[in-house]
Amino acid sequence: MAHEVQNFNLDQKFDFTAGIKKSIMTVLLIGAALLVVGIVLAMMGGGHAEEGAEAGGHAFHWYQRLFANIWINNVYFTGIAIVGVFFFAIQYAAQAGWSAPITRVMLAFGNWLPIAAILMVASFFLMGHDLFHWWHAELFDKASPEYDSIIDGKGAFFYWPMEKGTFPIFYIARMVIFFGFWVFFFSKFKKIAAAEDQLGGTSHWFKMRSWSAYFLVFFAVSSSISAWDWVMSIDTHWFSTLFGWYVFASWFVAGLSSITLLVIFLKGKGYLEMVNENHVHDLGKFVFGFSIFWTYLWFSQFLLIYYANIPEESVYFIERLESDVYGGFIFVNIVMNFVLPFLVLMTRDAKRHGIFLKLVCTLLIVGHWVDFFLMVQPGTLGHNGGIGFMEIGTFLVYGSAVALVVLGGLAKGNLIPKNHPMLEESYHHHI
Amino acid sequence: MERDTHFVLGVYEDEDVLMNAVKQVRSSGVKIHEVYSPYPVHGLEHALGYKRSRLPIAAFLFGMLGTSLALTMQFYMMKFDWPMIIGGKDFAAFPDFIPVSFEMTVLLAAFGMVGVFMVSSNLKPWAQPRIFDLRITDDKHVMAIDLAVNSGMDEEKIKEILSSSGASEVNNKSFDE
Repeated sequence: MAHEVQNFNLDQKFDFTAGIKKSIMTVLLIGAALLVVGIVLAMMGGGHAEEGAEAGGHAFHWYQRLFANIWINNVYFTGIAIVGVFFFAIQYAAQAGWSAPITRVMLAFGNWLPIAAILMVASFFLMGHDLFHWWHAELFDKASPEYDSIIDGKGAFFYWPMEKGTFPIFYIARMVIFFGFWVFFFSKFKKIAAAEDQLGGTSHWFKMRSWSAYFLVFFAVSSSISAWDWVMSIDTHWFSTLFGWYVFASWFVAGLSSITLLVIFLKGKGYLEMVNENHVHDLGKFVFGFSIFWTYLWFSQFLLIYYANIPEESVYFIERLESDVYGGFIFVNIVMNFVLPFLVLMTRDAKRHGIFLKLVCTLLIVGHWVDFFLMVQPGTLGHNGGIGFMEIGTFLVYGSAVALVVLGGLAKGNLIPKNHPMLEESYHHHI
Repeated sequence: MERDTHFVLGVYEDEDVLMNAVKQVRSSGVKIHEVYSPYPVHGLEHALGYKRSRLPIAAFLFGMLGTSLALTMQFYMMKFDWPMIIGGKDFAAFPDFIPVSFEMTVLLAAFGMVGVFMVSSNLKPWAQPRIFDLRITDDKHVMAIDLAVNSGMDEEKIKEILSSSGASEVNNKSFDE
């Protein structure tokens, strides 16, 4: 049987030209400049002395805002990186054929993971005390007036097996283990992919499928627990049982949008000729569908808390909705991440044509950053938060750093898995 | 409709022959009424030049109808007809209405879509289906050509085009309705 994919250049590699590097560096420098302006403004402006619910009675320092920003972007871009690997693993575990030529694009996002791990662990040690209310020894001291029986009850989740209030060894162990395994699986996938390119045959595909299944089991547990650890524990008293899924959905939509944008970008540069509007359509459907999934989770969390109106639960939304700083962003969040993507991507044509997808994916990447902003800042900064130069600057610096690392990693390997057994099937994908 | 309709049928054995025949017949200027096959033939709808279905538009409109009906109903009941305090919320508390509105949207969109599909595909319970050839449920593909639509062309000419395109049989079929 003649294979029509042989008509395409299957050995192509992404050329990370100086021109692309330069434009990403420009964004990075603009971001850095905005960040410096933001820091200077924050140093001069000082903070209100008001105490947020979880602020723990400390006076506000300008650097806390910087810490919160770094934490938001740590969590957010770790999510985009791991979702690239997750979506890659899904393709193999589900034995998907349509996505064969773009699997390497998904995998490339994992290149950020080792850097994300270092940043996350380092910033936890440097800033954890300012970010996490539970990192205060007096909360666990029955003799102290600051003693908090609710947090004391949850203390073992952070400090076990050490004494509560000392050193959060269990928390740090989880962080290190999650990142360790994520990086391990990522490099395993990369190794198998490289071997497949060299040797061919179907055995690598079967190997990849098994490792994908192991990864998915590990990711199911680790993604939920990391969401509790890194995001939900900021509001230490509060809890929500679907928070792990909610954070995962936010990560997933942002990751899918990034993958789609990168595929459209590569096609615009003349790569991936065998990827046509049918494949783009499927990516568009994923973005559309999971935007709705995110909304479903967001609303499920909101409605139950709103309806039951139990004080210890509704405090989360009262802190946000009734705040001058965050109240408006709740609605911005819903419009950017649900209303606009839903209306724009509803028709078939919008999912098949690059221009609409580019617009919506960019909107969603910013929109889900806003979502994480709303999860992190009210609990860490209270009234002293908001979106200013510092927020935009940190986001741009992180975003362009991720772009540099991901594209650099993509340029190293083959762009198309030329020995993937389903490449021909993918070429004939019609929807 | 009280009128007789006359068709010419081309019977094909093989789906590849059928696909080529469809292209050939269309390019020779004959308008095809419909092609019947025992199983879905991939790409046939493209070869026949079918336009995209407008069913999604019906679904969207029925969905909108569902949303507005649900919101009107709940707003009227909760605000005017029988106001009740539930959980200390306002009488007309918008977040409470969303689940019901969502369900009504889905329900009416689905029902509307099925209904429109049945009407437009002549699947009414009392409809008399036209059976062109019993073998289309077994192993033959049948291309039906309406003579009234192709009145500019000679019947013999059409039959010739069909057999030269690979039809194993060329038959006549009439319905009196």
